Amino acid sequence: MAERSGAEILVQCLIDLGVDTVFGYPGGAVLPIYDTIYNHPKIKHVLVRHEQGATHMAEGYARSTGKPGVVLVTSGPGATNAITGITDALMDSIPLIVITGQVATHLIGTDAFQEADTVGLTRHCTKHNYLVKDPANLAATIHEAFHIATSGRPGPVVIDIPKDVQVATAPFEPPVCAIHPSYHPQVEPDAEAIAQAVAMIAEAERPILYTGGGVINSGPDASQSLRALAERIGAPVTSTLMGLGAFPASSPQWLGMLGMHGTYEANMAMNKADLIVCLGARFDDRVTGRLDAFAPNSRKIHVDIDRSSINKTVHADLGIVGDVGHAMAALLAGLEKLNRPLPDLTEWWARIEGWRARRSLDYVETGTEIMPQRAIAELFSATRGKDVIITTEVGQHQMWAAQHFHFDAPNKWLTSGGLGTMGYGFPAAIGAQLGNPDSLVICVAGDASVQMNIQEMGTATQYRLPVKLFIINNEYMGMVRQWQELTYESRYSNSYSDSLPDFVKLAQAYGWTGIRIENIQELQSGIARMIATPGPVLVDCRVAKLSNCFPMIPSGAAHTDMLLDPSQVSGTMDDEAKALV
Amino acid sequence: MHIREQQSERHVLSVTVTNEAGILARIAGLFTARGYNIESLTVADIGTDHRISRITIVTNGPLKVIDQIIAQLDRLVPVHRVIDLTETGPFVERELALVKVAGTGEDRIEALRLADVFRAKVVDTTIESFIFEITGPTDKIDSFVDLMRQIGLVEVGRTGVVGLVRGAQAA
Repeated sequence: MAERSGAEILVQCLIDLGVDTVFGYPGGAVLPIYDTIYNHPKIKHVLVRHEQGATHMAEGYARSTGKPGVVLVTSGPGATNAITGITDALMDSIPLIVITGQVATHLIGTDAFQEADTVGLTRHCTKHNYLVKDPANLAATIHEAFHIATSGRPGPVVIDIPKDVQVATAPFEPPVCAIHPSYHPQVEPDAEAIAQAVAMIAEAERPILYTGGGVINSGPDASQSLRALAERIGAPVTSTLMGLGAFPASSPQWLGMLGMHGTYEANMAMNKADLIVCLGARFDDRVTGRLDAFAPNSRKIHVDIDRSSINKTVHADLGIVGDVGHAMAALLAGLEKLNRPLPDLTEWWARIEGWRARRSLDYVETGTEIMPQRAIAELFSATRGKDVIITTEVGQHQMWAAQHFHFDAPNKWLTSGGLGTMGYGFPAAIGAQLGNPDSLVICVAGDASVQMNIQEMGTATQYRLPVKLFIINNEYMGMVRQWQELTYESRYSNSYSDSLPDFVKLAQAYGWTGIRIENIQELQSGIARMIATPGPVLVDCRVAKLSNCFPMIPSGAAHTDMLLDPSQVSGTMDDEAKALV
Repeated sequence: MHIREQQSERHVLSVTVTNEAGILARIAGLFTARGYNIESLTVADIGTDHRISRITIVTNGPLKVIDQIIAQLDRLVPVHRVIDLTETGPFVERELALVKVAGTGEDRIEALRLADVFRAKVVDTTIESFIFEITGPTDKIDSFVDLMRQIGLVEVGRTGVVGLVRGAQAA
């Protein structure tokens, strides 16, 4: 058999696995791989400006296409710079394959130039990782890595390849993916548990479906099953930040997002429900608020592909391990066979409509200042009828986008939920645009978070990507400032964005179009110009500086203690609550 | 504000894993990363082809946390199976200790007498010292070491616990 180098084996495996786009940055320890992809006809390499950008681009690509994202970086600083994105992908269950170069095997452990213990550093921020010491093992490892990253609960997998392993040769044939001896994620739910769940649903007088990112990870069919299941039960539907789009926001059964900045009706319905059906969500602390007061009078069914999510923070009366799409299909089949009508939910819906009538997302507008919520609402209405993908950074703008931009389809909303990574949104938009060349991809950013990976403007310019970067500029790290106002009597310690660049000039410096929107009169026309302008566009949208994000469940409070508007804010908090922030 | 401690109970977990580089770091790291306790941890290759190791972990925590530890361990790719011996039913647990005791005269005779009661073996001796080898459940070894401390304990080495379920079947 003809022998091939490790680098050639790697590239051949990527092609065999259907990879066409790789996000990366070259360096000493990956030069053999970079030489192999030089002018390669099948692999498009996207040169980033910082390795963290590569990982978030791969996440954006993966989340918007359903395919795994692939990253290629060098040893040492290349690998350590990638770690934030890898951790982000672990927290939000995004399938990534991160290939890191490593110093030659005989140099490992000698503090060689650009050496870092990559497998050691990434052991707890990956789903699995490998150090490959022989090119003969490379093909099987890469195929296994893709299988692990994309199956079960998806996540990032790191493959660390020493430079000599990239150069050395070995016989190559495409591996037959052997059944892994100890990795068997449970996909099909237990039939008995499904029957029990059907019985619990059939008795519920105040049911609610609480959905999460798992529904989106399960694939487009799961979103369809969710719609059918919600229709069959007639129950209200709420979702976590990660699950937005799985259920159409235009449905009357939609209550909006729940949790810390969720709607009043979603949080009240969770609190008063007698049955919570959790579908691919994980009772995160931003969702539950104070645990001992969380949904106290309800039974809970928890469907999750990761057994460790069940009973981690909230006790489930019935845990169902399996793919949420399969579980919902099984629940539907079970409900079809039910020979009695489900309880009448009229009274339940009447209570929900009462909570909805509080209109918790309303905001007060004054004068010519742009309220940030208004900017998002205008962005939403200006993009109707277009195939739009929204990414966000992290902070107030992220919550306003989640509240005021409404999604009717999955894979159109990309945000950093679990890790809350400032600097995620802009590179994620670049990745999404590469995976969806015909979509209108808009990153809603804050003036502070956009600066965390702003160097990637060069990447968008280089690949002529028409991403739109919409900065909600209030000259503050707004969410930090908001917490300081609520918790620390408005002592705004280091949360003012001093020395901001002139964003419009910056855009021009990178060869972008830059637009500044300064008052309410310019808002609609500015957004229209952004959408109509070909190529990348940055919008510096100046908004009211001291707006806060409401509604809000303060730290350490129960769902029923929501703050709906600024008049309810006290400005102090006891130590127990401070410690929970 | 003060940090509150929670009620906890002791569990012995038996974990079979693929024998690969880094597996011990992966498991030990999971315990530190998630704030679980390790009282003892033993590991050794148990297969004929050197592919499988058994790791026995003694841990403690509230029952909810023990369940979470098992689920988290089970999630690791190289982990084949996690058995909570404490929950599974009757099981045998043993640990081995080497106990060095120094003394002369009556102390030396008393050490030998106690060793006999505990069925400890002498594996090394000088004119003024012994090394005893003792196996048994943790509390038996604790008692032996405590008694030797009163006579002239020099140092002690312990393996940590290994355990298996009782009966003819594998767990």
